[in-house]
Amino acid sequence: MSEKKTKRRDFLFTATYAVGVVGVGATVWPMIDQMNPDASVKALASTEVDVSAVNPGKTITVLWRGKPVFIRRRTQDEIAEARSVKLDDLKHPETDEDRAKNPEWLVMLGVCTHLGCVPLDQKGDYNGWFCPCHGSHYDTSGRIRKGPAPTNMEIPKYEFVDANTIKIG
Amino acid sequence: MSDHEYIPKSKVGKWFNDRLPLLTLANHLTDYPTPKNLNYWWTFGGILTFCLITQIVTGLVLAMHYIAHADMAFDSVEHIMRDVNYGWLIRYIHANGASMFFLAVYIHIFRSLFYGSYKSPREIIWIIGIIIYLLMMAAAFMGYVLPWGQMSFWGATVITNLFSAIPLVGEGIVTWLWGGYSVDNPTLTRFFTLHYLIPFLILGLVVLHIWALHVPGNNNPVGIDIKKPSKDTVPFHPYIVIKDGFALLMFMIVFAFFVFYTPNILGHADNYIEADPLVTPAHIVPEWYLLPFYAILRSVPDKLLGVVAMLSAILILAALPWLDTSKVRSAVFRPLYRQFYWILVADVLILGYVGAMPAEGLYLLIARVATAYYFLHFLVILPVLGLKEKTVPVPLSITEPILGGSPNLATAKNKESLNN
Repeated sequence: MSEKKTKRRDFLFTATYAVGVVGVGATVWPMIDQMNPDASVKALASTEVDVSAVNPGKTITVLWRGKPVFIRRRTQDEIAEARSVKLDDLKHPETDEDRAKNPEWLVMLGVCTHLGCVPLDQKGDYNGWFCPCHGSHYDTSGRIRKGPAPTNMEIPKYEFVDANTIKIG
Repeated sequence: MSDHEYIPKSKVGKWFNDRLPLLTLANHLTDYPTPKNLNYWWTFGGILTFCLITQIVTGLVLAMHYIAHADMAFDSVEHIMRDVNYGWLIRYIHANGASMFFLAVYIHIFRSLFYGSYKSPREIIWIIGIIIYLLMMAAAFMGYVLPWGQMSFWGATVITNLFSAIPLVGEGIVTWLWGGYSVDNPTLTRFFTLHYLIPFLILGLVVLHIWALHVPGNNNPVGIDIKKPSKDTVPFHPYIVIKDGFALLMFMIVFAFFVFYTPNILGHADNYIEADPLVTPAHIVPEWYLLPFYAILRSVPDKLLGVVAMLSAILILAALPWLDTSKVRSAVFRPLYRQFYWILVADVLILGYVGAMPAEGLYLLIARVATAYYFLHFLVILPVLGLKEKTVPVPLSITEPILGGSPNLATAKNKESLNN
């Protein structure tokens, strides 16, 4: 067998495999990608919430993109408690100033960052939230303090349209 | 396949068999030489086949009435329960059938552990079995989501979120699994599709499981290789067929008890509340058959490591044929392994119990100790025990201890090496 002939064959095989892999990949990708959020799910409009009826110390829960969003009007004690915590004591260090631009209003996804349960309001060792599923404790700023959750509860994109209306998303 | 050439008696039979040897296969299954000392722990293969067929048949019927849509799924299940003729019966058989399936599979697995059925030359049978077990868990989980009750919804949320523990791509995978930003209608429809598919995958794997079994033949309580066919074996039909049939009847009595007298005892009351994405039930627990693994997940205080520990607890079983270094199969001849075996059984039961309890205080401590012991058993005790343990001499054949005769030469040779 001459060496030249073998090399030619090798090239043809490799080229065929390469085209084959690209072809299979191009065929399989639509099958995989169809499972990603579709256009109608992505198009879900942002939510506007009227918060005029929420008194200090109350939380309302609204649904946004299928997930609960907590909107809490915090008391002065809670704000003071959240702002006095040293960053070194936090598992996921974030200042309360960054999490609540307007200190009175805490707007965050009401989804435990462990496995996605909805934590309970005004419970737990830090007077914030407590997740009943696997025992994660959050403080009055929604920051993880104790338990298996790895990060603080997420702050979604939101803005005050006017004094009484919050637009989420 | 058959040990001897089979020729059908009738002309038509021969004509057909020459073209498609189905009759040869039937003859192989009928004559299949089976160890004559098999006890009732060996009847669960047949019982499991019955469970699979039951789930497929009742599932097909339920699918004729069920509607896989987030707005209608819950109501359609209630429609099945109240309006459809015998719908209550079919659904209760299907729901309790899942529990019966797992009950039988756990007995089947622990029988293998006791008698060393996973050891050479049966590793492939064992590994196929583990894959079937994994698929069973996937099917059971997705099936539990379909009624779209509170436990369905939050169980789905918690389990799919396990994937978010994967670094970098985790969140993307979870969104992909959901088809959205939370468990919702797209999740329900794909779970229904996969729940429908998996039983047929299991059916295919069961065929491979049995095929692989028929190559070396059954292990037996003595755990020695036997000559087939010989005085140590009986043909599958009628001996094993009748015995399996009797065991199946006993099993069906237990099954019927649950279906007719306490159809909801294994379920959770919260699943009769329709799914609500705003409220998580106070106490989320999976179905009983997943509790030991749930306890392992919760016993680790780190998200990623907890998921890794839970998956490892199942996948470690696939490595068992190589982790267990003992050449003696049956625990009957392994006095130390026998004790560790029962400790493992207790350990798994304890894990199951604490998995159902809140993850705090003493329960958490027990879960951690039991989790550590679980891995210790497979990773340390089994490899070391196989090298250190002084085993009891194994008999030369199944009949030898009683009749004192008919030794199998190959076994006799093997025995010499074992007793050294």
